Amino acid sequence: MDKLMTAADVAGQLRDGMTIGFGGWGPRRKPMALVRAILRSDVKDLTVVAYGGPEVGMLCAAGKVKKLVYGFATLDAIPLEPWYRKARQAGEIEIMELDEGMFQWGLRAAGMRLPFLPTRCGLGTDVTTHHPELRTVRSPYADGEELLAMPALDLDMAFVHVNEADRLGNTLITGIDPYFDHLMARAAERCFVSAERVVDRLALGADEARHNTFERYLVEGVVKAPLGAHPTTCAPDYGWDMAHLKRYVASAKEEGGWQDYMATYVAPGEAAYQAANGGAETMAKLPLPVF
Amino acid sequence: MTDTQDYSLAELMIVAASEAWRGDGELIASGIGVIPRLGAGLAKLTHTPELMMTDSEALLVEEPIPLGPRGDVEPRYSGYLGFERMFECVAGGRRHAMIGPTQIDRFGQTNLSCIGDYHKPKVAMLGVRGLPGNSINHINSFLVPVHNRKALVEGEVDMVSGVGFNPARFSEHMRRDLMDIRRIVTDLCVLDFEGEDRAVRVRSLHPGVSFEEVQANTGFALVKAPEMAETPVPSAEQLAIIRRLDPHDLRAKALKDNPPGVRTQPVGQR
Repeated sequence: MDKLMTAADVAGQLRDGMTIGFGGWGPRRKPMALVRAILRSDVKDLTVVAYGGPEVGMLCAAGKVKKLVYGFATLDAIPLEPWYRKARQAGEIEIMELDEGMFQWGLRAAGMRLPFLPTRCGLGTDVTTHHPELRTVRSPYADGEELLAMPALDLDMAFVHVNEADRLGNTLITGIDPYFDHLMARAAERCFVSAERVVDRLALGADEARHNTFERYLVEGVVKAPLGAHPTTCAPDYGWDMAHLKRYVASAKEEGGWQDYMATYVAPGEAAYQAANGGAETMAKLPLPVF
Repeated sequence: MTDTQDYSLAELMIVAASEAWRGDGELIASGIGVIPRLGAGLAKLTHTPELMMTDSEALLVEEPIPLGPRGDVEPRYSGYLGFERMFECVAGGRRHAMIGPTQIDRFGQTNLSCIGDYHKPKVAMLGVRGLPGNSINHINSFLVPVHNRKALVEGEVDMVSGVGFNPARFSEHMRRDLMDIRRIVTDLCVLDFEGEDRAVRVRSLHPGVSFEEVQANTGFALVKAPEMAETPVPSAEQLAIIRRLDPHDLRAKALKDNPPGVRTQPVGQR
């Protein structure tokens, strides 16, 4: 069994109109090498499901997003995601704007093969006003409470970036917070991971093995992608690249800014990407952000 | 107590923010942003030591972590509270968060999503984030760095991201008793919701600010709290703690032009 494949192989699995999810959180441990491969492909009309960071903005900028399912889109230190903002303000994308907890509940329902999970999150807000497809249920017990029935967020594919993986699809997330990547993997029909390091077989001590957050049967393909989360963080390996993120933000204000960004950073491939960002050695030393 | 020493408006607001957590006991105090975070730390180090907090990422600390670069200081942790567990905490209600929404209305409903028409907004902001869940599950307070009618709006906020005390938004079978809103700390005053039918009251006015000035800059009617007074000014002890928690003086950049604590000019219509 060998699940090793390339980022281009992964992007080649996508079909127009698919619903796809991205792991990570805002500008933290996003599978950006895979995102760049998707940006180089001609796939379109995607429904993108994410705790959104720059992957959301970039896919919007490239015109690949039909619908966005999200709780937020942000670059943290730069609060507003520029290309998301542009697409949203132009009314170019359909949206399903969810509470962060509802979003998680939707992923959990999908992973557990349930049609929905009940929650109070979202009741009484304009989330339900603007999305009438979100329904409520009454508790069948004595309390009779009315709750929001968060529908399963079933994904065709999920993409996750991890610190380490093996060819069998075992993965380790060694940063302090694994976010909700395990839920993304479970919610998806097919999950592809990219990894900073790929070994033939992980052979771990018990302390290290705890950093495995989802089973390899969920993983269809493994891509070796060192610095593959750049310009987002990949704790504990490296931090976000604020200089790069600022250039990306500036591109949204420039005429032809996205075309320039694509030509400089995306089109020429990962080797050129690293060269354009100061080289692998410099990128690997990007300090972790202090919150 | 040396009331004569200089303090900034940000420092006054940090002290006012800390008061929001007074007496909360053992729960997670989440201060998001410079002033709320310093307020939470100050609360823990003074009047409410039982409070719990994180390093603003995923680890619990018993000693609030100073803001910004830490140099050689290696924080010590008392536990773990990653995002997944934070959501469990939210659902269980043992949290009091203070955030800065873009808009707040008379019900305490908040907006962090967008301004203008929902389908083609004038300004798209972050998205609703955790506001729907936070607002219905636990205690919240708010920070308003510029108190004006754009922030404290007439009618309802443009997109209700966080719920408040608006019965029209709920059916009779929905629970509304799990949440509370304690304080709104602005750059003019401190508000609460302790008026009749949860009407918004002015609890205290910052030095040099009048009730009329606050009302003129608020999109809804305010009530004077019977005990309405001047917002307590920072003590020397409080200022020393604030300086220790903010060694890089990030609070000096929290408000435009870092105004002094006592206003000498009329506020006017903003």
